[in-house]
Amino acid sequence: MGKKILLEHINVPGIETYDVYRKQGGYTAVEKAIKTMSPEGVVEEVKKAGVRGRGGAGFPMGMKWSFLAKPEGVPRYLVCNADESEPGTFKDHYLMKNIPHLLIEGMIVSSYALGANKSFIYVRGELMYVIRILEKAIAEAKAAGFLGKNILGSGYDLELVVHPGGGAYICGEETALLESLEGKRGNPRNKPPFPAVKGLYQCPTVVNNVESIATASWIINNGGDAYAAIGIGRSSGTKLISASGHIKKPGVYEIELGVPVEEFLYSDEWCGGIRDGHHLKALVAGGSSVPILPANLITKLANGEPRLMTYESLSDGGFQTGTMLGSGGFIVFDETACIVRNTWNFSRFYHHESCGQCSPCREGTGWMEKVLHRIEHGHGSMHDIDLLVDVAKKIEGNTICPLGDAAAWPVASAIRHFRDEFEWHITHPAEATQPGAVFKGEMALV
Amino acid sequence: MEDIKPQLVKVTIDGIEVEVEPGTTILQAARKIGGNVAPPAMCYYQPLKGSGGKCRACLVRVAAGSAKDPRPMPKLVASCITPVQDGMIVENSTNEQVLTTRKAIVEFLLINHPLDCPVCDQAGECDLQNFAFNHGMATTRYEEERRTFEKQDIGPYIQLHMTRCILCYRCVYTADQITQKRVHGVLGRGDASEISTYIEKAIDNDFSGNVIDVCPVGALTDKTYRFKNRVWFTKPVDAHRDCPTCSGKTTVWYRGDEVIRVTARKNEWNEVTEFICNTCRFEKKKTSDWVIEGPTKISRSSVISANKYRGDLIKPDFQRKLAAATYTHVDDERDTSQLGIQQLTPERFAPVLPHANDPEP
Repeated sequence: MGKKILLEHINVPGIETYDVYRKQGGYTAVEKAIKTMSPEGVVEEVKKAGVRGRGGAGFPMGMKWSFLAKPEGVPRYLVCNADESEPGTFKDHYLMKNIPHLLIEGMIVSSYALGANKSFIYVRGELMYVIRILEKAIAEAKAAGFLGKNILGSGYDLELVVHPGGGAYICGEETALLESLEGKRGNPRNKPPFPAVKGLYQCPTVVNNVESIATASWIINNGGDAYAAIGIGRSSGTKLISASGHIKKPGVYEIELGVPVEEFLYSDEWCGGIRDGHHLKALVAGGSSVPILPANLITKLANGEPRLMTYESLSDGGFQTGTMLGSGGFIVFDETACIVRNTWNFSRFYHHESCGQCSPCREGTGWMEKVLHRIEHGHGSMHDIDLLVDVAKKIEGNTICPLGDAAAWPVASAIRHFRDEFEWHITHPAEATQPGAVFKGEMALV
Repeated sequence: MEDIKPQLVKVTIDGIEVEVEPGTTILQAARKIGGNVAPPAMCYYQPLKGSGGKCRACLVRVAAGSAKDPRPMPKLVASCITPVQDGMIVENSTNEQVLTTRKAIVEFLLINHPLDCPVCDQAGECDLQNFAFNHGMATTRYEEERRTFEKQDIGPYIQLHMTRCILCYRCVYTADQITQKRVHGVLGRGDASEISTYIEKAIDNDFSGNVIDVCPVGALTDKTYRFKNRVWFTKPVDAHRDCPTCSGKTTVWYRGDEVIRVTARKNEWNEVTEFICNTCRFEKKKTSDWVIEGPTKISRSSVISANKYRGDLIKPDFQRKLAAATYTHVDDERDTSQLGIQQLTPERFAPVLPHANDPEP
């Protein structure tokens, strides 16, 4: 059994209410932080814990906090990024829906550490019912004196605002989120300046993922060193993984970073293995935007060592043989999945969600989608494959925000590892366009 | 007073060193050097605050961040929004990756562009034409349908032809910053996004005409000038009038004796120097309205300067002299009398242009 930090009390009935949450040891972190620690002390603990951003980029949270500019007389803001919209990732949704107070408690502790008197939770617009759950939780916390003016008699004030998003994937990019929060069109900003210097309303701002913020209360209760002791090396702590696809037990799992991918995939404690009578074909380890991996590279590194669920191990070998942990959207494909169709589907998503601000992403995502549509529907030609690789290469790294990279990586990696499948679609259009048709050629299945 | 001058920073762009004030962007520093060193800019517009960073045409490589921290920047950076540091080394046209990327940007901008230059009013003074001519390819790899939009009249003077738009956002910033209230913005997302007024509302204020000047392509056009002429047939002169609303300093474009359009004056980077009002732009179309200052300076490489001057005033350059001296008649056994333009065989140019007979690369 792995250690559970976030989902420890998930099965306690009524955990979404304040009373039950408090009985399970809730809000002790707020009491400890506000009564016995200085804001700098809290930042120090989080730094020691080495918790890395759980939204996908994996940037150390404590370091992000310490970059926050602190000019005199200017308010600072903490914004929680709950605009989880990545295909394959649904952990924040699960966490907020079931234990809303965990996020609220984390927000109070984090806001205290950063000296923010007004903090925002930017929730994906489609999750209206989660917004209501959070607002109810905030009202309960306020009634108990953990929010509002003069919290626990310390003189520290904090107001929490839940803001429904506009329904765009791009608003999950931190600067687009800030624009959207300001009431503008959700276009990512040019960086620098980074939000830590000029963020919300041009004031210093920290933007953190739901899961990152939710860890803060455990870190305060148990100390940064205890958190750093979990996991392996720079991948400390636990991570929520949203497992989906052709597995026996899809769902949200909390794992200690460092669990072997093979164990996570096949153990009954977690995914439970591929569905009966089928074999593993491919895996997307961190949400739709990270490179897809073929079966032979999933459980073993290129050098034969077992691949672990850590930031480092998953990205071992660069994009040639590796991928990324990303936001933990673990999508498993068996041999009935058509990689071309799947790539087209991902590509269609990014085309639809590109904000249209910078030219490589605006035009390139649409171009890739159209070419993939052509290949999938039996009208492709061999040079289309090289065209896709080239277009993906020219989008990658040349855009304002990471959406361009996110659109380019799945296409480039699918062609890198499953080129024969793309070729089969082009050479056998009649067969490939049959409903449910899948490439049956030589490939490594596990 | 001299001692409070800010310390200048040194930056090297394409091997040429230049000293600029701190806070200057790479693009502005490169423009100070001029010529090919200046990266192209499709969305950046110096008079408009906040513009830039969108088209990615000006991406350059920073080979060394600064004298203190000489590490190269990992990605190409948008030169129009990146400030220089002391000792920064920038590679623009000397870097292969930059040129490849720029070629890709041209391709991206053109895949949804209608390429209707033969009927477009902007042809001849179009930033996209110049950019594509300098950095693009002659062919396209795009086979799919291009996006199209209905033409839209926004107000009595301006027509929006969204199909041509490259979404540089310049007109949005203009409407935000020059005019009193925000009149239009961007609707929609991705390649379906469009510049628009809300529910086709008219743009109605004294300075709205400036969106036509800032548009790098022919998406926003002057309805009083539409389809009237080709820019290379017109003759621009600098003129001014006593205007109560704006500075009144304009460029007046003649065809023969007739004033066919009035625009703001532009600098060598095609940026408006002073925004003008709609009265000057759309209503003063008689020579008697204007005090003429003299011909507008037009770059010799611009098509606008074509056919404007008597041939003997242009000093024949070396190539032309050489071509004239080495011209030999070649009997190509064709009846050329029927051809509107006489087509010359490549052999005639062979001694002058050594590669004239080579197959196209």
